[in-house]
Amino acid sequence: MLDDFFVRAIVAGAGVALVTGPLGCFIVWRRLAYFGDTLSHAALLGVAMAFLLEIDVTLAVFVVSVLVALSLLWLQRRAGLSSDALLGLLSHSALALGLVALAFMTWVRIDLMGLLFGDILAVSRSDIAAIYAGGAFVLAVLAVIWKPLFAATVSPELAAAEGMHPARANLVFMLLLAIVVAIAMKIVGVLLITALLIVPAATARRFASGPEQMAALSAVFGILAVIGGLFGSLKWDTPSGPTIVVAAMVLFILGLTPIATLATRGGGGK
Amino acid sequence: MERAGRWLVRDIDLEVERGEIVTLIGPNGSGKSTTARMALGIIEPSEGTAWRAPRLKVGYVPQKLAVDWTLPLTVDRFLSLTNPLTAEEKASALESTGIAHLARAEIRNLSGGEFQRTMLARAVARRPDLLVLDEPVQGVDFSGEIALYELISSIRTNLHCGILMISHDLHVVMAATDRVICLNGHVCCHGTPQVVAESAEYRQLFGARGASQLAVYQHHHDHTHMPDGRVRHSDGTVTAHCHPDDGHHHHDGEHNHGDAKPGDEGNASDAR
Repeated sequence: MLDDFFVRAIVAGAGVALVTGPLGCFIVWRRLAYFGDTLSHAALLGVAMAFLLEIDVTLAVFVVSVLVALSLLWLQRRAGLSSDALLGLLSHSALALGLVALAFMTWVRIDLMGLLFGDILAVSRSDIAAIYAGGAFVLAVLAVIWKPLFAATVSPELAAAEGMHPARANLVFMLLLAIVVAIAMKIVGVLLITALLIVPAATARRFASGPEQMAALSAVFGILAVIGGLFGSLKWDTPSGPTIVVAAMVLFILGLTPIATLATRGGGGK
Repeated sequence: MERAGRWLVRDIDLEVERGEIVTLIGPNGSGKSTTARMALGIIEPSEGTAWRAPRLKVGYVPQKLAVDWTLPLTVDRFLSLTNPLTAEEKASALESTGIAHLARAEIRNLSGGEFQRTMLARAVARRPDLLVLDEPVQGVDFSGEIALYELISSIRTNLHCGILMISHDLHVVMAATDRVICLNGHVCCHGTPQVVAESAEYRQLFGARGASQLAVYQHHHDHTHMPDGRVRHSDGTVTAHCHPDDGHHHHDGEHNHGDAKPGDEGNASDAR
């Protein structure tokens, strides 16, 4: 079954969506959309580093994302700038550094479009294995830190007062996000990872009555977007990464229409 | 605690025992919340220490808590935010704060007073050893306020926990408060508020039950903190800091704890 590139693409995409859904909920709840962008822009620098040091791309992207996340934490304490400005600074510095570094390495022939927009149709069996192993790890860790992370999302002060160690949960969450960026990069590309984190979660918001439910629904909407997007890209011969994001957006818009409202009411939801 | 070269609060010596209610009062910016946050370990004091008993279970009602509208959160789910609860535990916590009908309501649709009760229910439901309440009755109407104060004192009896309460209200503090500590950048004064239970005027105003829950704490600050950090005292002098023992504080006769009957002499129980 996995012999077919199209089936491989769906399996890989669904694996990524399964992880970005729940993680994306926290991005939406904590208003971290720009942070997701920053990490994914830094991924390009990671790719450049991988070529320069001749190491695995996914590993390099993960390391660079972690470094960017840690420097954000450090700058927040030191620089006296708003998080917003710091994120802009880090995001675009990392992106520009990555592009400059790639331009210097004239011996490297690199598919920049594939990096920016992903190349889901080229995923191999080992990519799928990496996605599912990494994804299972991320979801397992997320399940462990769910309670403190969620408490910290509602109120960091309250979580700290009642012994939930919010700082630790936040740090782990950032590491998880770095892993997700590293494994999702190949699917939708660095420019569109944030979309896969945010759009399904935003769609799920209207239908969910609890945080756990929203996380599960978000994963479902993400998978639907991957399947819809891939079939769309096959039918209209469009680039697959952007088509997946368009499909996610279409789901979001459908969720806003009266049809969806009727469906939720009729479906016994509140 | 010092922030950006300015001492927010300084020289605080505060202890909360099991089964005791301590109330912090003081004007805006006098460091009440900062003191509570230090006691809770949310912030580290820049000088001195905050000691908490090992494995102390804390229930905290913060002054402000904004739930983002993107977060689908019902009252029921909010109750078990930091520890798992059985359905009965949740129900009885909601029952005791008078919001049993709101269990399925979304947090962001609650009114200020309802949300305040929800936060109290959540803090109580986890059966804490120490309950810290930062302005627990803000946004609650007057009759509800009395009911909540009654509830707080019954919580102390039932759970036998220590309660540290913050109130900006200089006039109404609970009769059940064992000690009142007045902050104004430092411990300004402290003492036992006296009950006004027997006062006929109060029985008339609030009914017998309400009257037994109210105490009047009259208060005059004998110095003002100026914007540049210096302190002007009532005798007209200006000093760089204020310390209780610098000779500028006049506690005797200025504080009138307890009975507010006109003509009664104030009995400053905390006169040093």
